[in-house]
Amino acid sequence: MKKEILFTLKSPNRDDMRIAGYKFGKGDKAACIVGAIRGNEIQQLYTCSQLIKTLTKLEQRGAISKDREILVIPCVNPHSMNIGKRFWTMDNTDINRMFPGNVEGETTQRIANGVFEQVKEYAYGIQFTSFYMPGDFIPHIRMMETGYHSPSLANLFGLQYVLTRKPKPFDTMTLNYNWQLWNTSAFSLYTNATDQIDEVSAKHAVVAVLRFLTRMGVIKYNSHSGYIASVLQEEDLLSVKTKAGGIYRRLKNPGDGVERGDILGEIIHPYEGEVIEQVISPTDGIIFFAHTSPVVMENVVVYKIIRRLHE
Amino acid sequence: MIETVVSIGLAVDEKMIIKKNRLQPANLKGNEKRICIVTGIHGDELEGQYVCYEITKKISENIQFLNGIVDIYPALNPLGIDSVHRGMPTFDLDMNRIFPGSENGAMPEYVAAKIIEDIDGSDMCIDLHSSNIFLREIPQVRISEHMAEKLVPYAKLLNVDVIWVHPVSTVLESTLTYNLNNKNIPTLLVEMGVGMRITKGYGDQLVDGIFNLMKEMNIWIGKAPVVREPIISTEKEVEFVNAKSSGIFMPCVGILNMIKKGDSMGEILNPLTGKIEEKVISPCDGIIFTLREYPVVYEGSLIARVLGGLK
Repeated sequence: MKKEILFTLKSPNRDDMRIAGYKFGKGDKAACIVGAIRGNEIQQLYTCSQLIKTLTKLEQRGAISKDREILVIPCVNPHSMNIGKRFWTMDNTDINRMFPGNVEGETTQRIANGVFEQVKEYAYGIQFTSFYMPGDFIPHIRMMETGYHSPSLANLFGLQYVLTRKPKPFDTMTLNYNWQLWNTSAFSLYTNATDQIDEVSAKHAVVAVLRFLTRMGVIKYNSHSGYIASVLQEEDLLSVKTKAGGIYRRLKNPGDGVERGDILGEIIHPYEGEVIEQVISPTDGIIFFAHTSPVVMENVVVYKIIRRLHE
Repeated sequence: MIETVVSIGLAVDEKMIIKKNRLQPANLKGNEKRICIVTGIHGDELEGQYVCYEITKKISENIQFLNGIVDIYPALNPLGIDSVHRGMPTFDLDMNRIFPGSENGAMPEYVAAKIIEDIDGSDMCIDLHSSNIFLREIPQVRISEHMAEKLVPYAKLLNVDVIWVHPVSTVLESTLTYNLNNKNIPTLLVEMGVGMRITKGYGDQLVDGIFNLMKEMNIWIGKAPVVREPIISTEKEVEFVNAKSSGIFMPCVGILNMIKKGDSMGEILNPLTGKIEEKVISPCDGIIFTLREYPVVYEGSLIARVLGGLK
């Protein structure tokens, strides 16, 4: 293992911001794994740390394939993480909306450029990432339909689900999208936490990456062969929205099977304690996403259900 | 007449209500033209608050000259404005990156769709922005290249100093302006002033321009002020000046100053060492139409834009 500082940004009054990378093996740029780009992606940072720990042991055992190099960047944004901000410390811009970056541009464009120059020539790119709505997912691989995406490769992570979706205009500035444009097979791996650490989910993510790298001939690692994934499209997910705001009582979790008419949650009057709305499942299926916050507004997506899929 | 555009129940005894004020002649003929003035999509941009007030006041005091419908939307992001949040609070989301939205989407997308639905059918829209807390802008209209032919003639009526015709960018396809133009509603994006402040002179300048535009559209039949001739960027290049060092920026020029190539624009200072980190130099002859307002800069922070570079 070799630790390198990939990018340094001088701060007016704080310590320099250093983006560190950990390299394993030597030779062809085989795989790059990127962890937290947002300052609240603690789970993504933790997952990377566990991956680095495991890869270090595997390298010591000679389990990195000959002529294969792996790069892991656990955190692209330590400055925000250290002050508890999701986006960039100064202007609140999202570094994951700045790729491929611009060496002459604004600060976050320069950070994105500094990272992208390091990660762009790897054959496989894996990003641990998070969703903008507060909630939990079933762990899955997410891909944008760019024409370069490959759901069959995504299946090799051995997770239960692979989700593909059509990119929206703002997606064109993400790391995943730009990786694909530069001929890297790119995958976003969602675990079921962001601000908090979920040890079990992090371990599953680490094993999924090791399984994928093994199947692509980058490392040698024996593990359970995982699942043959169900490949979903975003349109397959049915959003269940609230009709009232209030205190939210979640009754189902990601992965739970539900039937049409099941009560999925309750909204409680914030002062009087009465249930003012029951969130009812409009379909049979499996919960893919579940809202986590204890309060909720009207018209918020509290569940996404995989329609007509059974456990 | 105050109307509700969209209303969403929040968790604890409050509704988020986006309102508009419709001003119209007492006797409608049914063929009146309609203009929409929208602002406050970013909660830290306040210049539009004064503009909305002035237009409403002036029309109300001279309602006999009103010959069309004027819809004023002072706060598209009411939660953001009243809590000093640029984005939409609780979602940490830039509201101007979610258009056209969706009736069936998550709460922010639903709100975006309702805003578009309400503006739909109008003959003109002014989307008023005021930069951010970091940069001061002279009153300007920004137009995407592909819309220039259609929109520049309207923009010239608005009494702004500059019309900046910029290249098409995919990410801007999620903005309100892009989507309204896409629906064939001529929409002008105005930028002026600085975030979290109101510059009365700029507000008065734009109010004059809006009355001039309404006069041209026959929505206003009272007197229209004489307006200035703007500089149009199609004749000159816009040069960006970004900080090469981190530190404290102290300008020695003012916004709207004419400047020569090689002239000093200011210095980036190091308060700890007492040394100058960088002397900021103009890249071309021209006029400063954007100037850094917030003194703390990182490498890459935008210091100024100068209009005048050779095409």
